[in-house]
Amino acid sequence: MSVIQARSLVKSYGDLNAVDGIDFDVAAGESFGLLGPNGAGKSTTMRMIGGTSLRTSGTLSVLGMDPETHGPEVRANLGVIPQQDNLDTELRVRDNLITYGRYFGLPRSYLQRRADDLLEFAQLTDKAGEKVDNLSGGMKRRLTIARGLINEPRILLLDEPTTGLDPQARHILWDRLFRLKEEGVTLVVTTHFMDEAEQLCDRLVVMDRGRIVAEGSPAQLIRQYCTREVLEVRFGSERNAAVVQQLGDVAERLEVLPDRILLYTDDGEAALERVTSLGLQPLTSLVRRSSLEDVFLRLTGRSLID
Amino acid sequence: MTVLSGLYAGNVRAVLERGFKVIGTQNWAILVSGFFEPVFYLLAMGFGLGGLVGQVTGPNGTPMTYVAFIAPALLATSAMNGAIYDSTWNVFFKMRFGRLYEAMLSTSLGPLDVAAGEIAMALFRGLLYACGFLGVMAVLGIATSWWALAMVPVALLIALGFAAVGMAVTSWFTSFQQMELINIVLLPMFMFSSTLFPIDVYPQAVQWFIQALPLWHGVELMRQLSIGAFGPMTAVHLAYFGVMSVLGVAFCTVRLRALFLR
Repeated sequence: MSVIQARSLVKSYGDLNAVDGIDFDVAAGESFGLLGPNGAGKSTTMRMIGGTSLRTSGTLSVLGMDPETHGPEVRANLGVIPQQDNLDTELRVRDNLITYGRYFGLPRSYLQRRADDLLEFAQLTDKAGEKVDNLSGGMKRRLTIARGLINEPRILLLDEPTTGLDPQARHILWDRLFRLKEEGVTLVVTTHFMDEAEQLCDRLVVMDRGRIVAEGSPAQLIRQYCTREVLEVRFGSERNAAVVQQLGDVAERLEVLPDRILLYTDDGEAALERVTSLGLQPLTSLVRRSSLEDVFLRLTGRSLID
Repeated sequence: MTVLSGLYAGNVRAVLERGFKVIGTQNWAILVSGFFEPVFYLLAMGFGLGGLVGQVTGPNGTPMTYVAFIAPALLATSAMNGAIYDSTWNVFFKMRFGRLYEAMLSTSLGPLDVAAGEIAMALFRGLLYACGFLGVMAVLGIATSWWALAMVPVALLIALGFAAVGMAVTSWFTSFQQMELINIVLLPMFMFSSTLFPIDVYPQAVQWFIQALPLWHGVELMRQLSIGAFGPMTAVHLAYFGVMSVLGVAFCTVRLRALFLR
């Protein structure tokens, strides 16, 4: 059963189609990803789901309702985690949760208990009376997520949940999100980080310039659009382009980036041997598994993070 | 489907609770400072300058002391300032920097709940200032008619008109430089709206211009109330703020829809 259903969804700003006719379904309990570079239309799609952006055409149903005409009702079942934290800096940590819960019309007695549970979930119990400005970036992010859970949402919308966090803070956050998924919360995540998409998403769509260019599980997408391994070689920025002609037969496919050449092959070590047997000596070489980054490069001809 | 579908969830109360919680925890200094400004004007102008001026002619030709002449005008200004502070600078900050409204609107609140709640908070500030100032007037023996008590609800009406229009206008502003425009409009309006001297010192054309501005109506209305001397213009003054409030709130709703339901 799908909790979100979009058909031919379009959002235009003047001549620009920020979202240009997309279709997707999100099943209950699923962790669904919208992957793409900045400006691909991910955040706009998220805002339309929450009913804070009005679509230009197409249909959208969230929990069986149209978010445009039933914004408050739809959002009563959503937890929205925006790209930038928008905590209430005039209120303290625990009051942020309680006040936010009041916006949903939830009773104060319930919120007292719920706030304490969520502070524990977010590992912020000892910061309950702290000012928001005194929290670290990771703590603010966790508080924002805790706040988004105050109404026990059926769907959690996470817009770039770990952008700007250090690796440790990201892992703590992923762990928390994974627990929510285990509890049956539907997650909708936008990200331009491959590792995040691979960690969090059961299924994802790759978006580019307002369109969906591919859809599947991370593993499926890699299988479908990539070889098993990638050999990365660097010859120095001047020589890369010159060497490319000679590398034609070494791998199934290759991509030339400004600083390195990517050789797609099922056996990276063997490909490296073929390169050296041609008499070429790369400055550095690296064999790795293919990732969603490679899928994206294949689909759009551009890297995700410019 | 009505005009309000998706805009209103009937939970203005939560927005007010938030406002009072913030006032209760940290905003007292700012809250009080706005009250003192007109009191200082009253003391400096009323008693300082008033000694030189002597008697002036009030509504319906009633002679008044200069202090009694400017006090109701300062009360109207005070209600305006309280409402404007909350509905312009506070709203501007919450909209552009604190991004409070964005957070509120990702809950079940609709834009109209937020607008109504914020305007009500502005009215609350206007009410506090008006009550405080009326208290000062009573202590100084300037409020001579029981009608003066009606200045409090009228101060609220004035505050509503300014708060609604102030908030609607603020929705267009994106920088601090633009926000300065508010002061550029408010200060001369305060100086020239027959606040500190009667309007008949100006040529007729200037008088018409001033009579089109809201503060003049507020000042005249307050002055009439302070001594209980009314005329046909009383209804015009009240109607002016009635219309201003209705248009302001309608305007706000349209703007919030444009801003937050893009």
